[in-house]
Amino acid sequence: MAKTIIEKIWDSHVVSQQAGAPALLFIDLHLAHEVTSPQAFQELRDRGLKVRRPDLTIATMDHSTPTTSRDLPVLDKNGAAQLAQMEKNCADFGIRLYNRMSDHQGIVHVIGPEQGLTQPGMTIVCGDSHTATHGAFGALAFGIGTSQVGHVLATQCLLQQPSKSYEIRVDGQLKPGVAAKDIILAVIAKIGIGGGTESVFEFTGSAIRGLSMEERMTICNMSIEGGARAGLVAPDDTTYQYMAGREFAPKGADWDAAVARWKQLPTDAGAKYDRTLMLDASTLEPMVTFGTNPGMGIPVTANIPDPASVSDAGQKADLIKALKYMDLQPGKPMAGHKIDVVFVGSCTNSRISDLRAAAAVIKGRKVSPNVRMLVVPGSQQVKKQAEAEGLDKIFRDAGADFREAGCSMCLAMNGDELSPGQYSVSTSNRNFEGRQGKGGRTFLASPQTAAASAVMGVVTDVRTLV
Amino acid sequence: MKFAQLEGKTVVVAVENIDTDQIIPARYLKSITKEGLGEGLFRDWRTNDPEFPLNKPESKGAEILVAGDNFGCGSSREHAPWALTQYGFRAVVSTSFADIFKGNSLKNGLLPIIVPADVHKELLASPGAVLKVDLANQTLHLPSGKAVQFPIDPFSKECLMEGVDELGYMLKQDEAIQAFEAKRVGSVNTLQ
Repeated sequence: MAKTIIEKIWDSHVVSQQAGAPALLFIDLHLAHEVTSPQAFQELRDRGLKVRRPDLTIATMDHSTPTTSRDLPVLDKNGAAQLAQMEKNCADFGIRLYNRMSDHQGIVHVIGPEQGLTQPGMTIVCGDSHTATHGAFGALAFGIGTSQVGHVLATQCLLQQPSKSYEIRVDGQLKPGVAAKDIILAVIAKIGIGGGTESVFEFTGSAIRGLSMEERMTICNMSIEGGARAGLVAPDDTTYQYMAGREFAPKGADWDAAVARWKQLPTDAGAKYDRTLMLDASTLEPMVTFGTNPGMGIPVTANIPDPASVSDAGQKADLIKALKYMDLQPGKPMAGHKIDVVFVGSCTNSRISDLRAAAAVIKGRKVSPNVRMLVVPGSQQVKKQAEAEGLDKIFRDAGADFREAGCSMCLAMNGDELSPGQYSVSTSNRNFEGRQGKGGRTFLASPQTAAASAVMGVVTDVRTLV
Repeated sequence: MKFAQLEGKTVVVAVENIDTDQIIPARYLKSITKEGLGEGLFRDWRTNDPEFPLNKPESKGAEILVAGDNFGCGSSREHAPWALTQYGFRAVVSTSFADIFKGNSLKNGLLPIIVPADVHKELLASPGAVLKVDLANQTLHLPSGKAVQFPIDPFSKECLMEGVDELGYMLKQDEAIQAFEAKRVGSVNTLQ
């Protein structure tokens, strides 16, 4: 029977299936960080359990981790305690940890692919909703809660119900100035933030095939923002070229055998999806969000929606509430709205190609004097590469702040945050109320749009600059 | 924790797409324990809006939260159901829930109850209503005398009703896991 890649990965990981119970699914790779794991390790201690497969977990520090110089101590007492606990947990249970001082440290979803840990056909989990990032490699990767982190540590398995399959087919050619981020923001604007509930997205089509691995990661990363459990792209030569030679990728004959296995993964001709959405890439414009969830996105050239034109009572109330929080006027253009901060970073857009895209716009220009711009590389390796290419100098010369690796202002746990009432253009994934700091207001956009907005001091269509 | 019957008062937060950042802001996630999260529940909405339903004296003691569509979207933080249960909630009623939140809730004795749009509308319009939740029969009894069925997967239902420990259940399958591991190819050794 013809199968989707989602079914193939699922079927090859079912350990057991008892009547009336969810499947017991084997997990190939578990990623851990300091915020959602401490209570899980405590659970193991309380029960006198060991980590079943320490060789299948990797840990790092990202969420509470300062992005200031590594020579400085962690000033926040609770953050420091959380990092110290992570050191202790990994030492006690024999787990490899890339701590704050490691040159492998970084955002958990940046370092997995970077080091070749993320591979096609794997099941990958992390106590973080953006785990679908790893789906770019044709892995079934999803976010889990802390109880489940404990389940994986103790058994290397999870109890799971099968998901529905949702094909997001994007064909056609992107116009200049339109990025992968704009594709996913457009998808979410179309289906809404609950549109993918109970589903796994498979992104298909010529536009997706034409994307680099880092662009595919940006798209899969935000699957959760469409409500999906996971999102993936079937592996192809682009995938194998990106992976070859990376630290944990198979080598020699093992590599050849692995590639032969991975080539069996793509969805069979004739396989059925539960749902399909078609999108023409050539119709897309650079996107920006105006509201308080990632589904509230519009082309940067558009006007702010008017609640008067919304018929559904719940949606209308939602929109009114969002515009009130954002202090925006219906009908006014998005472009030209004043901003205070620009954040280039997060597991969505902090890889080397994102930094290159932002630097290309910034080069030879200055960040507007009214704007604070933070550039936060996704990992120490990304930072090193950016420095080797002179991108750090481009950002600093323009007046931007180029920082150490971490989640930073995506969720404002580490001291990098907006002040109440401030507006940011951010390359991160969530514009929820207070997400980037209490009272802060977020416009989500691509690195290109963020950089152009930093230069102009207002929300800017990058195509008017280049 | 066993969950069989619940008769409790509702508090209504009639907002769609309530994300877990609103339920428990990220600054409360620096804890290394599960304790002390109740005070963080809806912290910013409670602070900024005196009229927020949880601030009203009549909502005191409410055990059932009635909220708008797609409750619990966003972050995977299990701190969200921890905060809700520590505040005193035992069930949340909506038309739909985000997947990770729903799974996390069921593991913490917090029952997500999905109701049809017309019932939801009725509940949104009657804050403080006393509802009876009969998990065994998957039935929600409304003050009007109406009773509606709600869905729950049989395993989660059994876990809630019998207080089944999921991790204990999984650990008992050690033999099957060992057999699977013996033939598994394609994992990576992070300790190499």
